[in-house]
Amino acid sequence: MEAPTSRISAQVKSSRMEGIRRVLRYRNLYLMLLPAIAYYIIFHYYPMYGATIAFKQFSIIKGINGSPWVGLKHFETLLQLDKFWEVFWNTIVISLYRLLFGFPLPLIVALLLNEVRKMAFKRTVQTIIYLPHFISWVIMGGLLINLLSTDSGIVNQVIRSLGGSSIGFLSDESYFRSTLVGSMIWKEFGWNTIIYMAALAGVNPSLYEAAWMDGANRMQRIWHVTLPSIRTTIIILLILRIGGLMEAGFEQIFVLYHSGVYRVADIIDTYVYRTGLADGKFSLAAALGLFKSIINFVLLIIANQLARMKGDQGIF
Amino acid sequence: MDNSGLGAKLFQACNYTFLGLITLLTLFPFWDSLIVSITPISESMQSSVHLFPKTVTFEAYEYIVGMKQLWSSYGVSIFVTVAGTILSMIVTTLAAYVLSKSYLPGGRAIMFLIVFTMMFSGGIIPTYLVVKQLGMMNTVWALIMPLMVQTYNLIIMRSFMASVPESLEEAARIDGCGDFRILVRVVLPLSLPAIATVSLFYAVAKWNEFFTAVMYITDKDVWPLQLFMRAMLIDNEAVYQSGGDSPFLLGQSIKMASIMVSTIPVMLIYPFFQRYFVQGATLGAVKE
Repeated sequence: MEAPTSRISAQVKSSRMEGIRRVLRYRNLYLMLLPAIAYYIIFHYYPMYGATIAFKQFSIIKGINGSPWVGLKHFETLLQLDKFWEVFWNTIVISLYRLLFGFPLPLIVALLLNEVRKMAFKRTVQTIIYLPHFISWVIMGGLLINLLSTDSGIVNQVIRSLGGSSIGFLSDESYFRSTLVGSMIWKEFGWNTIIYMAALAGVNPSLYEAAWMDGANRMQRIWHVTLPSIRTTIIILLILRIGGLMEAGFEQIFVLYHSGVYRVADIIDTYVYRTGLADGKFSLAAALGLFKSIINFVLLIIANQLARMKGDQGIF
Repeated sequence: MDNSGLGAKLFQACNYTFLGLITLLTLFPFWDSLIVSITPISESMQSSVHLFPKTVTFEAYEYIVGMKQLWSSYGVSIFVTVAGTILSMIVTTLAAYVLSKSYLPGGRAIMFLIVFTMMFSGGIIPTYLVVKQLGMMNTVWALIMPLMVQTYNLIIMRSFMASVPESLEEAARIDGCGDFRILVRVVLPLSLPAIATVSLFYAVAKWNEFFTAVMYITDKDVWPLQLFMRAMLIDNEAVYQSGGDSPFLLGQSIKMASIMVSTIPVMLIYPFFQRYFVQGATLGAVKE
């Protein structure tokens, strides 16, 4: 009875030795990976652990570990807070507007650009439209104020010279969200167009020839050849957008907003920033941040599953 | 192929017009701010639609260039961009190379844990507490370390390196090269397009970094350019209190001149490197 077990344990031991030997064989590779692993542990996984302060009464002196547990207290506080529902709603509304108006435009521009035969024109347009992607939101904010301010902004000057009265694009609650969404689209549509263009460059030209031989017109060609060819890219970008639905654009809003438009423009991130860092309510702010992360995660999984159910590849 | 027919001609005419218009629309804000920046300060306060300047002056630029804070912020941003990009590239390249080896035990698990950080994060506050605990507040390291590796860039590098033929590496190994030598001598020279693209992504991101600066930097001595620019440009609260009009604490031409001065580095490299940006979009579109 002894012999088989010891043989098995010997086998286990030798396979474990084998494992260790394999790891040792690649020790140089692991060593090269070490800085990145350290970075991810310190700046990503430790903060994930730090998010436990959402269930604690955090105090700077006691630190993350020493602060006492309080269970779901902060989440209960949040749910009773009118402000919570306001920022939650704003986040979703601004994101949905961006998705609704911002998602189709780059695709349309890419399809139109794909029909252009003059290469010089095509290149010029491509090069210019994604320039704003590489300009920071602070600079963009400055440009927008220059364009849109009620007194000296050129847009309002044009409106006035046409007989209208100035519009508070950046100061009026009823226009602020449109300004946010519009300027976000203006800054990012070019870059997203380039992503589609990259995918379009991979479409096999013989497909177009075949479609032409079959007598397909322009619309039919776009519908039956171009769109199906870049379907994967469209789906992947859509999944990523849905997974980022809780990201309504902190930097942009932080640069452009002010107390007069908090009611329509204060989003989860800006509120977390003010509650946590300005008011020092770390645990409450962390609870809200965690809430956001979890929703984002769930949305990403759902979108991915939906894409897979429809027969497309997901992102994972 | 289908340039015949009135319908096709009409379509092309509309198409070119539309694309031309959105291109002009993209450029216009930059053009307008350039024009305002060279308008005399006294004139820029008056309302007048200006597509071209009436009188050209560089007084706004002289004012900006005379500001000490501009140069100290420029210095901080240059340091963060150069040192940060070098550090990011070293760490990202090493990791991407290792993770491109499908035979590495545990490699897939580590890759999963890295990609997972794109889907789930601890949030703003816990990250802030970590940076504080590390004593990085109000130092340039707060602008460099928390963003050292961008997972998206790591993925681009990794997929590119995975396409380097294994046989080349085998040959080098037989010649007695170790892993590090293979990376430097064989894989890196073949990965230059990815290296150029990713370095550029890192550099632009670091030059424009605003979020981390707002979170971790309050000391004016360590202000990067973006914080200086915010102080120069953004006075929403004052504008709102005054009922929508900008109170012109600083002349509009000075603000626009500061935009020009701080955007020049990006604008200068843009025409030369723009094909690498496009390459980045292409590489990013390659699914794992």
